[in-house]
Amino acid sequence: MIALLHYLPLLGVLVVVAGFALRFNPVPVVVVAGIVSGLAAGKSIGDILALLGTSFVSERALLLFVLTLPAIGVLERAGLREHARNWIASLRSLTLPRLLIAYLGLRQILSMLGLTSVAGQAQTVRPLLAPMAEAAAEKRGAALNDGERNAVRAFSAATDNIGLFFGEDVFIALGAVLLIQGFYAQHGIELQPLQIALWALPTAIAAFIIHAIRTVLFARQISRGVPPPSASPGPGTARDPAPPVVQPSLPAVRLRAPDAGE
Amino acid sequence: MLTIEQSYWLIALFLAGAAVLNLRDRRWSHAAFWAVLAVLIAGGKFVLTAAAQHHELPAQLAGAGVIALAALSPRMTRRHLVERDPAAREADALRLGHRLFGPALLIPLVTLVVAVAGGYAVIGGRHLFDPTRMTLTGLALACVIAVIAALRVARAKPQAGLAEGRRLLDTLGWAALLPLTLAALGGVFAATGVGNAISDLVRMLIPVNSALACVLAFAAGMVLFTVIMGNAFAAFPVLMAGVGIPLLIHQHGANPAILGAMGMVTGYCGTLFTPMAANFNIVPVALLELPHQGDVIRAQWKTGAWLLGVNLALMYFLVFRF
Repeated sequence: MIALLHYLPLLGVLVVVAGFALRFNPVPVVVVAGIVSGLAAGKSIGDILALLGTSFVSERALLLFVLTLPAIGVLERAGLREHARNWIASLRSLTLPRLLIAYLGLRQILSMLGLTSVAGQAQTVRPLLAPMAEAAAEKRGAALNDGERNAVRAFSAATDNIGLFFGEDVFIALGAVLLIQGFYAQHGIELQPLQIALWALPTAIAAFIIHAIRTVLFARQISRGVPPPSASPGPGTARDPAPPVVQPSLPAVRLRAPDAGE
Repeated sequence: MLTIEQSYWLIALFLAGAAVLNLRDRRWSHAAFWAVLAVLIAGGKFVLTAAAQHHELPAQLAGAGVIALAALSPRMTRRHLVERDPAAREADALRLGHRLFGPALLIPLVTLVVAVAGGYAVIGGRHLFDPTRMTLTGLALACVIAVIAALRVARAKPQAGLAEGRRLLDTLGWAALLPLTLAALGGVFAATGVGNAISDLVRMLIPVNSALACVLAFAAGMVLFTVIMGNAFAAFPVLMAGVGIPLLIHQHGANPAILGAMGMVTGYCGTLFTPMAANFNIVPVALLELPHQGDVIRAQWKTGAWLLGVNLALMYFLVFRF
């Protein structure tokens, strides 16, 4: 009986898994999971509310990224995405794999230096990397269909994540390494941060190589016009440059001339 | 001194502005959602200070606010808001050219300068930036500078900053909230003993005399727990206390530095697989207006799987050798 009570809070985990599997809106799923595991642990409603409230507000730094939205929004209104796309389209030698691999390497190095907030999904991927990657992909000579466009965008977001994760773990003065050192110190094992950081380096290098290879393969699929398996089917299945409603693909010919001087 | 607290006030102000604009458009749920969130962000410090002094009421009210947000979330339909005419944007893009990149690049650039050199900025013997959260404070400052620069480049009125910011915020909808909610769930799970229960389960199920089985169980536990919690940092202490220290380090003589570094990275691979890591895997789905929740995970899980294999092999061969 005591053993069972010990495992009862795991019901909260079950709620999360079930909620995601059934594709409910994740926010209520997560909050219900918290309440369930609190009740299962024998806490009162008041305690659960307080726990939920303090845990929530103590993590409010996670919302800082919304501050980038006004600046990005104003620039988008003035044609930032269009310009990023036109510019990349004018650089003939900047292919999709070169663009994404250069970004991956830069993101890893910046993160290793502790500069994790310098780039990100809101700061750099939506306004810059994604439109640039779309333009680079369109150098194959045909516009992207909706599925391909979505696949290129998703791959750009993935590249940012991988660059961040497998650079950050090498940085010695913040985050992962200090957490590891602090944990060991609590358990009587004294280590220098540098010792820990160095052993994250082999995996960081492996991450760069593996994702670079995948980028090349992905770009090859796109340039051949083979719908990649990861692509979400768009409304139209035809390869014709069906004008997407949200962001119209740009005729490449018209745009090369005015940009050539820059 | 510029502190992270002022950044939170700025966020609250922006959210309140978005609430007002939605109120004007009679989008009641959106207005209520951003208004509640604005109050929670602005009142955060008050709640935490009160809770530290054992006044539970503000924290309980905040908890009720979180539940209200959860109730409103399903009504936050992600409708694409009207954007400026594409032809006008295209014309501006041709006219403004590279000047458009300036303000966008100011965000990383100013953040970088504050992160690297912010500690040296001293005015009248006082630090200009709060040294504890310098990078994040720098990010907030960078956003303010960038929006001013963007308005100048685009020759737009200040209201445009709020209007366009709100457009993107409403595009994000509830996805903007998910990272916070998940982090809060992490706090609840930690306080209710979910971690201990999981590590006990792992130890019950594996043959502890085999070093390979212990490494595999440790790695599998790191991945699984990271997938469930959306965060390798939450998984690490649980798996280390349950499997890493007693079995791998004490019983099998593993090198703690290698086990720590590579164990954490194993968890990071798990982060690539899970919708629970919302700020990395779900927020960009909304930001990039992708059609399916799983689109970013689908693009990256293969990198994660290969890397997991390589990392596991490296860990097994290195951890008992040094």
